[in-house]
Amino acid sequence: MSAVTVFGLYAAAAVGLGLYGLITTPQPLRKIIAFNLLGSGVFLLFGIVGRRGAAAGFGNDPVPQALVITGVVVAFSATALAIALLLRLFQIAGSTTLNSRAAASPRSDPSGN
Amino acid sequence: MLPPAPALVTTAGGFLLVLSIVAPVAGVLLEFALGERYVRPVVSTVIPVGLAIAAAVLVLLPRSDGHLVYLLGAWPPPLGVALRADGLSAVMLATTAVVICAVAIFAATDFRPQSVEARTPFAFWILLLAIWGALNTIFVAGDLFTLYVALELLTFAAVPLVSLDGRAETLRAALRYLLFALLGSVFYLMGTALLYGLYGTLDIVLLSHRVSAEPGALIAAALMTSGLLAKTALFPLHLWLPPAHAGAPAAASAILSGLVVKGSFFIVVRLWFYVLPALPGFTAAQFLATLGAGAILVGSIVALRQERLKLLVAYSTLAQIGYLFLLFPLALDASGRLETGQALAGGLIQAISHATAKAAMFMAVGSIYAGLGHDRITGISGAARALPLSVMTFALAGFALMGIQPGGASLAKELLLQETARTGQWWWAGVLQVGGMFTAAYVVLVLAHALSPPDRPVALAARPPRGSGLAALALALCSLFLGLLPWEPYLPIPYALESKLFGVEALVKLLVTVLGGVALAILLSPWPHPLAGTVARRDLKTVPGPFRRACLGFGSLVERGDHVLRQWPAAGICMLAVALLLAASMFGAN
Repeated sequence: MSAVTVFGLYAAAAVGLGLYGLITTPQPLRKIIAFNLLGSGVFLLFGIVGRRGAAAGFGNDPVPQALVITGVVVAFSATALAIALLLRLFQIAGSTTLNSRAAASPRSDPSGN
Repeated sequence: MLPPAPALVTTAGGFLLVLSIVAPVAGVLLEFALGERYVRPVVSTVIPVGLAIAAAVLVLLPRSDGHLVYLLGAWPPPLGVALRADGLSAVMLATTAVVICAVAIFAATDFRPQSVEARTPFAFWILLLAIWGALNTIFVAGDLFTLYVALELLTFAAVPLVSLDGRAETLRAALRYLLFALLGSVFYLMGTALLYGLYGTLDIVLLSHRVSAEPGALIAAALMTSGLLAKTALFPLHLWLPPAHAGAPAAASAILSGLVVKGSFFIVVRLWFYVLPALPGFTAAQFLATLGAGAILVGSIVALRQERLKLLVAYSTLAQIGYLFLLFPLALDASGRLETGQALAGGLIQAISHATAKAAMFMAVGSIYAGLGHDRITGISGAARALPLSVMTFALAGFALMGIQPGGASLAKELLLQETARTGQWWWAGVLQVGGMFTAAYVVLVLAHALSPPDRPVALAARPPRGSGLAALALALCSLFLGLLPWEPYLPIPYALESKLFGVEALVKLLVTVLGGVALAILLSPWPHPLAGTVARRDLKTVPGPFRRACLGFGSLVERGDHVLRQWPAAGICMLAVALLLAASMFGAN
């Protein structure tokens, strides 16, 4: 098994774990962490893409590295924004659940007849 | 071995594309650096400059062969980054500029410094220009990674707009929006990585020459499309849209609903028509439009059952987003390739018409809310007399949306209907008509309540300022006269069409739409009619009684289904299912 395949499998595992966490956990903080895991998987994928470019005769394709760095910056700002929102929510509401009370109890049928 | 890629040099006037991004971004930085006191002068400089740039692009584009290109640092792709504008970009740039301008005038009184808590207006103006910069980047970006960055900028600017007033409820809505949008953008980024790995470039023009129906490319296309659908909030990936759009302040809702969702829609169009027109094929296009039809049905029915006006308008946005996705199967040619023809033009005009009309509608609803102090549909009787300008704006925007001549929506519908006839996909003609009827239904519902006489004199909580009302009205009128604009230099539209917009046939179609809308509103809306007490109404009610009860039952069922779909796990699984089904249908086609 070549290094590229091993890293590819790692990337797939990170993406899978991140997706699972993002979809199933109800706590927003865990969702944010899961998003970061998912993002890391994708960045690893970009790294592998760069290595494959190396197989085609380049030293090591630099473009994916530039893309990953940009991607990391974007993911970092996303995380910061999400954490800021979460902190503010906790300060105001005292809890961090995403399900508001209104959403938890569907409105009774308003038809008058 | 590859055909020569066209236009790899900077064209005359290409610098306008850079300016269209630089102007709003410079505005953001200046506002931030100079602080609150200088917000107003900065905004009132940047907005006319932005309008002028958009107008200059519109003027220059037909003269330079329909393309403007700017190579950043004179580096040609694949190593460099190109900015490109075609007809689609030009009309979207202009629409964005007009809507932003109208919203800025509307908000000038709402978000005057010192009028509310000090930081809110400051944040609003910064975010407004940030959204403008991000949208312009999306419209002129020439490669998929720039599109990704622009898409993220758009999300980061849009999310704080949702929670501008800082209530716990809107913070929750913003967080849901952010997290789901991030899921979508990771999907998009994953597809980008796969495409780069396969073809060694992300430039749209180069990629469109290299791409072929390989498994990797198909998976990338499915991933990117489903990620973008999550950001556009196409049914069933709409968990974030209703609370986010309904909770934001009126001016912010207008931007979110009118412009922000169009950003990711535009990228879907770019991806499908300009990067991989041959890959999706018949089944995937049908699937996308089926989701659109589902959005029309669910969004409209749930909209008719909403108690609050803002939520009604938010759900109608959901339905209208679905309407936009009907263009994909209609653009297929005989060999299953997407061609940039009449259907694309129709879809784009529908998007523009929705951008202007829905922004006007949200602003009108905001004024009604401010005027009456609430926005319960059952409590707005008499609003037409107390707030004539706002109700008229709502009515005109609604008429434009339901397809009254010479509105943009009627032109778009005509174009799309012709394409259904050409491609023999009659079933989408039915969906188009029903979509128009549903739009008519919720417009009629609101107007019936607003125009009915009140039980007691309406006490206004506050009188909305005239300037903001006029800005909204101007935008609604803009949408109502879109059909008369000369679209030919920018979009592929046949000349002979405009004569068809007027005449007896058009009038009959309009009557059918409105009458269908009235019937749907009576059958599906659970609210007691404002005239329910009168004798004639009571007689009328006995006839369709059981049928109406059945319809209401169905509506309540749809509402519950929508509630289930808006839970996180359900929405996440829907997202995976959409990606899988898209991939499967693309594999089937190739």
